[in-house]
Amino acid sequence: MSDTKNRIWVFIEQENGVAHPVSWELLGAAQKLAHDLPDASVEGVLLGQNVRGIADEAFRYGASRVYLIDDPALAYYRNRPYSFGISNVVKKYAPNIFLVGATSLGRDLASSIATRVRTGLTADCTELAIDKEKKILAATRPTFGGNLMATILCKTARPQMTTVRPRVLPTPKPADVPVAGEVISEPLGMTEAEVGTVLLNFIPSEEEESIEYADVVVAGGRGMGSPKGFGLLKELADALGGVVGASRPAVDAGWISYAHQVGQTGKTIRPKLYIAAGISGAIQHRVGVSGSDFILAINNDPNAPIFGIADFGIVGDVFQVVPELTKQIAAGDQPLATSH
Amino acid sequence: MADRPIHIVVAIKQVPDTSNVRINPQTGTLIREGVPAILNPYEVHALELAVRLKEQHGGKVTVITMGPPAAVEALRECVEQGADRGILVSDRKFAAADTLATSYVVATAIEAIHKEDPVDLLLFGKQAIDGDTAQVGPGVATRLNVPLITYAVKVEKFDPENRTAIIHRKVERGVEILQTTLPALLTVEKEIAEVQRAPLPNIIRAAQYQPEMWTASAPVAFDVAQIGIKGSPTIVGSAGTPPLKKAGAKVTASEKGVAETVKMALAEVRRVKGEG
Ligand SMILES: Cc1cc2nc3c(=O)[nH]c(=O)nc-3n(C[C@H](O)[C@H](O)[C@H](O)COP(=O)(O)OP(=O)(O)OC[C@H]3O[C@@H](n4cnc5c(N)ncnc54)[C@H](O)[C@@H]3O)c2cc1C
Ligand SMILES: Nc1ncnc2c1ncn2[C@@H]1O[C@H](COP(=O)(O)O)[C@@H](O)[C@H]1O
Repeated sequence: MSDTKNRIWVFIEQENGVAHPVSWELLGAAQKLAHDLPDASVEGVLLGQNVRGIADEAFRYGASRVYLIDDPALAYYRNRPYSFGISNVVKKYAPNIFLVGATSLGRDLASSIATRVRTGLTADCTELAIDKEKKILAATRPTFGGNLMATILCKTARPQMTTVRPRVLPTPKPADVPVAGEVISEPLGMTEAEVGTVLLNFIPSEEEESIEYADVVVAGGRGMGSPKGFGLLKELADALGGVVGASRPAVDAGWISYAHQVGQTGKTIRPKLYIAAGISGAIQHRVGVSGSDFILAINNDPNAPIFGIADFGIVGDVFQVVPELTKQIAAGDQPLATSH
Repeated sequence: MADRPIHIVVAIKQVPDTSNVRINPQTGTLIREGVPAILNPYEVHALELAVRLKEQHGGKVTVITMGPPAAVEALRECVEQGADRGILVSDRKFAAADTLATSYVVATAIEAIHKEDPVDLLLFGKQAIDGDTAQVGPGVATRLNVPLITYAVKVEKFDPENRTAIIHRKVERGVEILQTTLPALLTVEKEIAEVQRAPLPNIIRAAQYQPEMWTASAPVAFDVAQIGIKGSPTIVGSAGTPPLKKAGAKVTASEKGVAETVKMALAEVRRVKGEG
């Protein structure tokens, strides 16, 4: 198996037979990396029960091969069987790079795989590149509470593993037509009795609009002053067909729930339009929104750092500007960012 | 009640208080001076859970950390909160460890503790706030070959006699209720236990408490190939402050009028979106 191929692997995360879109984001990144590595091939790793169909989706997003472990003990995610099964496949096919989504599932899994195969793992990367001279992966991530960006290299151990949060990378366009690819089936080699944990029940969280994949996010910070201020944002978001986001202090103050938090300890988003109202633009906030297509910032402090990343800045009072935005959008016949 | 007292090990880390970290705007480097070292916030809650389970079932709580000599302070803080035994694994040879080398040292130390005094439960923080990697807990569980439950928010049942527990685990879509065999390793969220004020006798005991000091060679001989820089596959290539995206126009509402400013803003959004 140890041919000279530089295999770039992507973990195809799925739950209940539905692939997590971060898998496709990673396949997109893998293809970019493949340009800078000789004899590279982009491949997926897929585990679950009756999930063969997802491999076809992976082919459309650029995988040429998918390693599949299909087993009843993989019907839902548990660390032990997943990390055991994948580690065996890693040892057998010796990938050079292995990318995993930094979801709660992926972070749990990636560290166990890295430990089993004794390799390096860089968590929550925001940028991936191939070092031109050394031909190794340069993985950049925020550290020290987001105050510093560090580029991490994995000297000799392989695969070079990293996790990347959803929405940090753009979603590639899939092929319109089915693409052929190779499925390599591998055994799990572990029985249910060896797993140790059993899911007794699952309590789904209350329906919340997901901000992660929304096209328009209207976010507020401490400058919105109160839950009532967030009411104004909701009106604007509704007028735009978007959802409401928030900075950490607004969440900590209880004005809105954590599911809406944007930034390093919240969600990373890349909407077509991001409106930041009464948000200063601290580094931990900026890292979560810098992938947005268009940033409109409203702040009464002309020196607020948020203006440093805004495509358009309004120096003004949110309590005047936000309602005026809602009014003009509601009155206007031209749709805004959601269409393009 | 268990046929023997329970034993819980909590792995802790002393970290710089990242909410106080500042960047030198001229050089773009971290200003480390004057940044206080604290017990990683998640471990405060892990320890609280450990102490409560000890109160219910009888037994003891051991805290362990690999770190510099100054980490003694973090162990004292744990004793204040109710830990019985503190172990500092400290040696120059451990320096510059990444998460793989760290999980080797912590797992090997826990194995040694377990041999003397069998462990029922291992508690870790969800992540250490200096790096936010969340890798050491899963790494240790894998090395010790015990079930891992990350993002634990509640212990519904803890039954050491039958070596089983029911744990709530928070994921994106909701909460999983998992039954696990014991011993197991949990990495905990802050919700796992609300922290109470330490009782006075603990405070007095902690002030004089001297943790056990372990080195790279005694009482456990660590494999030198797996510790410190040698045992760490990753290195930091370079570091710097994140770049800012180029800023666009900035208009002052009080000069142009609110309505006109908003009109300009929306026109700009339409223009850019139209191009894209
Ligand atoms: C480890 C770590 C992780 C973090 N993670 C996150 C994270 O995920 N997300 C996050 O957002 N933060 C995070 N933070 C916090 C971050 O450092 C900032 O403290 C936070 O983003 C500031 O929020 P804010 O902009 O709402 O508040 P402030 O910084 O207080 O800014 C409020 C702004 O509102 C403006 N304002 C006030 N009144 C008005 C008005 N009437 N009209 C117009 N403007 C007005 C002010 O000029 C000011 O700029 C983190 C911090 C640390 C240390
Ligand atoms: N040096 C260490 N010694 C003991 N425990 C540690 C150490 N580093 C990390 N941990 C534990 O592992 C958890 C996750 O750390 P990290 O992987 O660094 O985010 C922490 O919350 C601690 O419980």
